[in-house]
Amino acid sequence: MKKKVLMLLFLFTAFRWEAQGQIFYTKNGNLSFFSKTILENIDASNNQVISVINFQSGSIQFSLLNNAFHFPKAKMEEDFNENYIESDKYPRSAFKGTISDISNIDITKDGTYQVNVKGDLAIHGVTKNISVPATIIIKDGNLSAASVFHVLVKDYNISVPSIVTNKIGESIEIKISCTYEKK
Amino acid sequence: MKLLFLVIPFSVFSIEIYAQDTTNLMNQLLKESATNKTFYTQSTFQYTHVINGQSVENLPKNVLDVRILHRFGPLSSGIYNFFGLDYSPFNVKVGFDYGITNNIMVGIAHSGYQKTYDGFFKVKLLKQSTGAVNMPISVSFVPTVTISTLKREQIDPSVKLDPGENLERASYVLQLLIARKFSEGFSLQISPTFIHADNMSYYHPDRDIFAIGIAGRQKISKRLAVNAEYFYQLPGTQAPGTHNVLAFGIDIGTGGHVFELQFSNSFGLTEKSFITETSGAWDKGDALFGFNISRVFQLGEKHRKADWKNK
Repeated sequence: MKKKVLMLLFLFTAFRWEAQGQIFYTKNGNLSFFSKTILENIDASNNQVISVINFQSGSIQFSLLNNAFHFPKAKMEEDFNENYIESDKYPRSAFKGTISDISNIDITKDGTYQVNVKGDLAIHGVTKNISVPATIIIKDGNLSAASVFHVLVKDYNISVPSIVTNKIGESIEIKISCTYEKK
Repeated sequence: MKLLFLVIPFSVFSIEIYAQDTTNLMNQLLKESATNKTFYTQSTFQYTHVINGQSVENLPKNVLDVRILHRFGPLSSGIYNFFGLDYSPFNVKVGFDYGITNNIMVGIAHSGYQKTYDGFFKVKLLKQSTGAVNMPISVSFVPTVTISTLKREQIDPSVKLDPGENLERASYVLQLLIARKFSEGFSLQISPTFIHADNMSYYHPDRDIFAIGIAGRQKISKRLAVNAEYFYQLPGTQAPGTHNVLAFGIDIGTGGHVFELQFSNSFGLTEKSFITETSGAWDKGDALFGFNISRVFQLGEKHRKADWKNK
């Protein structure tokens, strides 16, 4: 009996160890967004995106500080934080979701995988369920992930005064690119 | 059989761990990022000036601000002068401010009243923040030099200048701005001020004047704010016949522009003149209407764009 319990414990620790090896994270992922209109293009970038991927469960999470976006014009940055995203009230934007067909990905081998990520995107106090395509690349044991998708400004309760509607696009392109480390 | 019973709860337990590990690790990373970071308070005031005087706000790096300030005549000038709007003379100030870094800005300006040029620089000493560094207030230091270019024969007789007396055209103003943003909408600033006045634009028995400024900002909406500003001159150094300046203003910001409508009892637009030489009194109807327009331009934009894209 003692032997059996010991074996089981061993099995369990091995199992746990394996689970640990399947979690990847980053503290400096990149997320940029792009708004295009006839009058003005707005391009902003954030290099401090936090993200965790768990290949055992397929769960994936992102979080970023809204005031860590850099804009080409200082006035845009101020306006973004003060009037649109309201960083004081809503300091972070976050995503919590799952990667489809996670079992198809073999993290021990090099490869590029097209996956679909589904989950809740929370911006400006509004949470919306989204489903976006993403690419996961495994090369020499390193993991990186990228995605491009669009969100509508009005979906997240961000009001744009009519005086500047010509300068801010209705649909914003979001680009994510993260290189992960093994935990 | 016993073994199986043991394995089942364990495997269920393990699956739970996977899901939890993601959230736990996420929380740990979030906690780390929050404690390692300092969050600086943004927009204590809407603009680099409250109404007449300076606020703790600075222009960001490489931003040029073109300012036009206009003061009409007093309301007490009556209906014939359309309550000051077609009163002559009026006072206009044109200024150019520039952000050298995010913490240091400079400005030059000319104003018609007393034909003065002024130049200042403003440096941030402390920035209100939370997080890794917890700082309850913002503090800035602003020295200003004002030079009056009035011709000798245009000097007002009330200045009591001796015929042989040398003209000292320069005035010096030293200000410490201490401000705190108490809530999203409300900010308060206290500004201890020392002024050494020139000897030709106004009669100052004591040319070294001490004053304390109090200014407040209350936001009404995202783009609209109400400001009030008062400078109290310490009685021992105040010139006879002058009043303390009190001003009220409404700020309208529309991304790149700030437009301010204001009422004040001061005609002067330089620190020296509105703090120490205000002759109008609110209770005598000497308040006058004015507006300030500001337009900012981002300079060195291409350079900056290339800079952050390469990061």
